[in-house]
Amino acid sequence: MYGRGILKGLGVTLKHFFDTYIDDLRYGMRKYTTQDNFNTRQGPKAQGAFTVQYPDEKLAVPERFRFVPFLVVEDHDHPDRPGHDWCTSCGICAKVCPPQCIWIVRGEDPNTGRPIPEPEAFYIDIDICMNCGYCAEFCPFDAIKMDHDYEMASYDRTSSHIHDKQRLSKEFKYWRSIAPTTAYEEMQARGGWEHTDVLKERKKAERAAAKNGGAKGAAAKGSAGKKDADKKESRSETDAEAAKAERMAKREAALARKREREAAEKKDKGEG
Amino acid sequence: MTDQIVPEGVDVNSIEGAISYLKEKYPDAVSDDTREGYGGVIVDPRHLVDVALTVRDELGFDYLSSATAVDYMGIGEPDSDMEMVYHAYRISGGSALVLKAQTPRDNPEIPSLVDVWPGADFQEREAYDLMGIRFPGHPNLKRILLWEGFDGYPLRKDWKEAYYEEDHKPFSSRWPGGHVFRAEERNPYGKNVRYPADLDLSRLSDVSEESIYSGLGLGVDVQELDHSIHTDRLVVNMGPHHPSTHGVFRMVITLDGETIETLEPVMGYLHRNHEKIGERNTYLHNMPFTDRLDYISSMGNNLGYALAVEQLLSLGARYNPPTYRAEVIRVLMAELTRIVNHLWSIGFLLNDLGAFFTPMLYANNEREKILDFFEATAGSRLMCNYMRFGGVFKDIPERLHSVANLINDRVRDFDTMEFLTDIINERLPRFLDEYERYLNDNEIVQTRCIGVGVLPPEMAVAYSAAGPLLRASGVPYDVRRADPYSIYPELDFDIPIGVNGDIYDRFMVRMLEMRESLRILRQILPRLEATKGEAILAGNPVHTPRVPLGESYGRVENPKGELGFYVVSAGEGKGTQNPWRYHVRAPSFINLTALGEMSRGHKVADVVTVLGSIDIVLGETDR
Repeated sequence: MYGRGILKGLGVTLKHFFDTYIDDLRYGMRKYTTQDNFNTRQGPKAQGAFTVQYPDEKLAVPERFRFVPFLVVEDHDHPDRPGHDWCTSCGICAKVCPPQCIWIVRGEDPNTGRPIPEPEAFYIDIDICMNCGYCAEFCPFDAIKMDHDYEMASYDRTSSHIHDKQRLSKEFKYWRSIAPTTAYEEMQARGGWEHTDVLKERKKAERAAAKNGGAKGAAAKGSAGKKDADKKESRSETDAEAAKAERMAKREAALARKREREAAEKKDKGEG
Repeated sequence: MTDQIVPEGVDVNSIEGAISYLKEKYPDAVSDDTREGYGGVIVDPRHLVDVALTVRDELGFDYLSSATAVDYMGIGEPDSDMEMVYHAYRISGGSALVLKAQTPRDNPEIPSLVDVWPGADFQEREAYDLMGIRFPGHPNLKRILLWEGFDGYPLRKDWKEAYYEEDHKPFSSRWPGGHVFRAEERNPYGKNVRYPADLDLSRLSDVSEESIYSGLGLGVDVQELDHSIHTDRLVVNMGPHHPSTHGVFRMVITLDGETIETLEPVMGYLHRNHEKIGERNTYLHNMPFTDRLDYISSMGNNLGYALAVEQLLSLGARYNPPTYRAEVIRVLMAELTRIVNHLWSIGFLLNDLGAFFTPMLYANNEREKILDFFEATAGSRLMCNYMRFGGVFKDIPERLHSVANLINDRVRDFDTMEFLTDIINERLPRFLDEYERYLNDNEIVQTRCIGVGVLPPEMAVAYSAAGPLLRASGVPYDVRRADPYSIYPELDFDIPIGVNGDIYDRFMVRMLEMRESLRILRQILPRLEATKGEAILAGNPVHTPRVPLGESYGRVENPKGELGFYVVSAGEGKGTQNPWRYHVRAPSFINLTALGEMSRGHKVADVVTVLGSIDIVLGETDR
């Protein structure tokens, strides 16, 4: 019979039509309430069509979802260094950025003119960013991460689409909240929840403390560490906790300077 | 069908044998390409057509995969620094015979090979358009991606684009003194477009577009047919903005009544000089840009590019091939992508036939599930950017888990392996059964598709058609079998082919290919379980690898056809950070060569379905 194929096809359409309602009946109003229900009906076992009522409801994005990057800063209630940048302005993110939308002004010590491990300015042109995620992937300090906030539309592209450091900075606990598993893996790779530099610093201090209990510390460290940092170190050991933060910051600066030099050398070698 | 005149004592089946045969036959015209990392032969342009005929008829390389130009400005011999590179294959399988013809840069001219391989048509026009090489003998040599009157040849090394900053990324203005600026502020509108000195600017407001219509017969004539019916002969523009073209694509059609006499595709509306961008980029920078070619199947594009660069890297001393788990994941992604793409293209084909959006939505419902998996694994649904040189970005996650962040976020949480198993073993097979019941016997589909847009097998091969378009014509050519890569040799699957080469066969080939993909995926699942926890990247992640000098052509069987990347590393002594040449052999682009031929004699409404059955994506066509 001519037209049989069409009828068969219409049967499938009818089945789809009912599938949706059967599922609706089965789940009832719970469709709009419980989380579990949503999971099932969006999953591979679901029957019929199931529509998410954006923007009244939104599909949460998975952890690895990547949208315009943000900069990680220390939590504002961090005991030692609240609001401190994780970024050391090493420039790797600007280098690996395919559309070249990252702009960094490296921080400099106003007195010595030497680079300090903190960006003076950091810009991302979000109109150019292609959300590839390379900056987050190759950042050696876990300091730049891809965000989950995709609702960034605005009426004027000229005034608000270059994000500066202030706009980009978000607390570390925000990163832990949007990507708990990834943050945990990174913590394991670093060896702790703190910034790499802080952890290294702490490890070194612990090692030193375990080794000598005080007196010979300066000499022992002098052979291994950097000289100028060491002089201050030995003096501050006699001081109490107030000096501790200062010391750590300086050590950190020295370490970062060293890394900076190495990176620059490597770059020179690479290009030469 | 190939070797008619096989000479004694030469094994022409191997590439080496074929090359020595050529050198014997044309001692003056053919010589080895002895540059470091290069292969194939250099042919004297004066004898190119003869050599190509020998290659096609006597040696059996009947399929021209890619023809592209390279500009060796500053590093080649001054009198021969433009080069055309041809990759010819046997349709029965095996690797490429690479032919090269060199010509001076100031007056580049290479005889056209359209008569030998008609598939060279668009590719030579592209080389003319972007590199400025002239091809005497080409029937229709004019710009193809750019507009007539464009100043210069953008892929030449001395051509600079509107917002030119530096030759290579990374740009030095970004760090350490990265004081931000917008390119457009430095270069306000009006100052960034150059016109040729002899261009009559008033021509730009001229909408007659004579160069396109010339030879098509512009205007309306009245013709008397045998039954005294008056039919008008007229030119119809379909597109660039037409829902059936799936993007900005235009067809200039001359009609006799309602019957198509000629059809010429006009493209380039989405052209962004992808290849020039690719040559400014570092090797790794290009990976996310490949996503934007065929944006329906970005995983496949990633794989093709990764293969091309890995081929180059393997020339170096310290090269780590991808780990086994990486290969397993790559094939998993490539096959899921094939399903995604075919669901999309079948849905839209039905849309073009007039089944407005119902079949499309059923197909998209399934596609969503796979995209959910992509999103949780790679971080993005379409622009996956997932492959790296030597492996993949990250292992597949334990759970497809989302985190509530915005207001009203709804969280989902699935076990990855369970999710994949459900989809591969139950959901998709059930869907395919249902879809076949839904449409295969549908009389309207059959009437509209069977016998329409027929592409005979010889013509499909000659036009360098690829993918489902080629296989529906009955040619069992699939790169996964003909020139295997990754772990395809150890997987068990068949190559579905059609018989008639019409639209219906293309539809069926895609349906069957999805089933074969599912068959592959069912073999991939146990391999995924078995390799759990193994490394997914060979060596450490490197963002700027030093790539040894040489050339490579990496190709994969993408859902739309054979996707090839021709990458040249040239210049600096120890290896390069940026590709010298980065060429994309885009299946959507080359498959269009046959469109005019397939549409002739059909009605306007059929053009829509013929185009839909080729399955093009304009991101890839226009590059």
